[in-house]
Amino acid sequence: MIKVQNLVKVFGTKRAVDDISFTIDRGEVLGFLGPNGAGKSTTMRMITGFLPPSGGTVTVGGFDIVERPIEARRLIGYLPENAPAYTDMTVHGFLNFAAEIRGLRGDARKKAVSRVVEMCFLESVLRQSVETLSKGYRHRTCFAQSIIHDPDVLVLDEPTDGLDPNQKHEVRQLIRRMGEKKGIIFSTHILEEVDAVCSRAIIIDRGKIVANGTPDELRQKSEWAGAVTLRIRGAASGAVTAKLYQVPLVKRVTVVDEKDGHVTVRAFPKAGANGALAQAIGDAAHEWHIEQLQAEEGRLDEVFRSITMPDTVKEAAK
Amino acid sequence: MNPWRNIWTITKRELGAYFTSPLAYVFIVIFLLLCGFFTFFVGGFFERQEASLVRPFFDWHPWFYLFLVPAVGMRLWAEERRVGTIELLLTMPITAWQAIVGKFLASWLFLALALALTFPVVLTVNYLGHPDNGVILTAYLGSWLMAGAYLAISCITSALTRSQVVSFIISLVVCLFLILAGFPPVINVLEQLVTPHLVDLVTSFSVMTHFEGFQRGVLDSRDILFFLSVIGFSLFTTSVILRTHRAG
Repeated sequence: MIKVQNLVKVFGTKRAVDDISFTIDRGEVLGFLGPNGAGKSTTMRMITGFLPPSGGTVTVGGFDIVERPIEARRLIGYLPENAPAYTDMTVHGFLNFAAEIRGLRGDARKKAVSRVVEMCFLESVLRQSVETLSKGYRHRTCFAQSIIHDPDVLVLDEPTDGLDPNQKHEVRQLIRRMGEKKGIIFSTHILEEVDAVCSRAIIIDRGKIVANGTPDELRQKSEWAGAVTLRIRGAASGAVTAKLYQVPLVKRVTVVDEKDGHVTVRAFPKAGANGALAQAIGDAAHEWHIEQLQAEEGRLDEVFRSITMPDTVKEAAK
Repeated sequence: MNPWRNIWTITKRELGAYFTSPLAYVFIVIFLLLCGFFTFFVGGFFERQEASLVRPFFDWHPWFYLFLVPAVGMRLWAEERRVGTIELLLTMPITAWQAIVGKFLASWLFLALALALTFPVVLTVNYLGHPDNGVILTAYLGSWLMAGAYLAISCITSALTRSQVVSFIISLVVCLFLILAGFPPVINVLEQLVTPHLVDLVTSFSVMTHFEGFQRGVLDSRDILFFLSVIGFSLFTTSVILRTHRAG
């Protein structure tokens, strides 16, 4: 549905988006991750045709966003960052306006408005002016606007920003449900959202794509993937560490905790261990009194940090 | 889809926005008070002893508009940029032109309404004597066109900034230039300084010069063309500014 090819955006001397390419198909929910200022919003603004690209192309449903902007935009629903809405209008008036400008008239418009009002739980504020709404309601009003014409493509810039946990949950459910029939791209800072909603995630940093895969694939990139945490009674941390280093698959061992005769250590696997570390450690450590042995899953936040700020993480590891 | 439908959708929204804020009512009341006050007290409507609106009423319009029209136009784009709704508006399936024209039309219609509400003055002069209503009508038309020219200039300044105050001040200065270029005291000074050709050139840029014809009841195509081309050029400039902003 969306095809982004070699997209570049230059602001002055800064390359805000630097040669990005990816595609989104129908039925896919793509999470767009990255630190602040990585170029997420700029990319989305180019996909929706708000900013003209400095280089490269974007096509939406086969229409080039620069050559055939009107046809392409018809297919897109867009929730910009900070969810702007006309503050001088009522929620009802605003949604009516959005429907009308999308070409919905008469009965079709009424149906569309009542559909999104129900989906986004806006009944109670329908006659209220947007200015007086709380942040959560204003956000949902703008979200409602983006799905009013039941678009094939949804571009959502931080759709859960500023919502309370319940509302976040609702919006995630909504995105996942709609993602079955549409192509959706949404940006977020919240990594748990990636697991909850996305079928695929892209991490960008300083304008470049640094990772692209399913949440599981990304997690595999983590140092934590396949790591083993051991809790042992009646052993000294020094001896345990020395012993663990003799296991061939172990790359690094850290002492997590040592008190009351218990020691907790964590062993990180070398590349290519493929989850065999727990077995190997179990075999090597039979003389110890193991209270707990736990194989860790990869952690997205750690992947995110190691990819987007490699220098800092390395320093912390020293 | 029919472009006029899109334009009308935008126009309706903008008009609605005027009347949900106190701005519209404040503007209309101030405009009518100013018109009444200047016509009857400063303009000496009764002392003139003639059934005409030209001098006591329409003469003041270029000066009223100097302050009031930038106040109407200042929010058009500055507010969209400040709140961020411009990102919504320009990613809708409409062209930037449709948005620009739609917004301009809404403000222009609003000014037409304010102007139309001065009708008691017309009734008064008709009650007191036998004015040439044709002249009054052309003067109204000229006044509205002049307001449109001011408004289009306010569109440019509004697109330039996200601050309504900055927009107001810049458009006021530009409009002031358009008035002064044809203001008799200024022309007198100019005539002593530069060649007559140059004076003609400068005055031909003034709204005063072109409004003059309408006030005399003359519908000169050159005057109409002047105002329409100021509007057209300004709206075009607005579209260029909006595009450059986005190009970064």
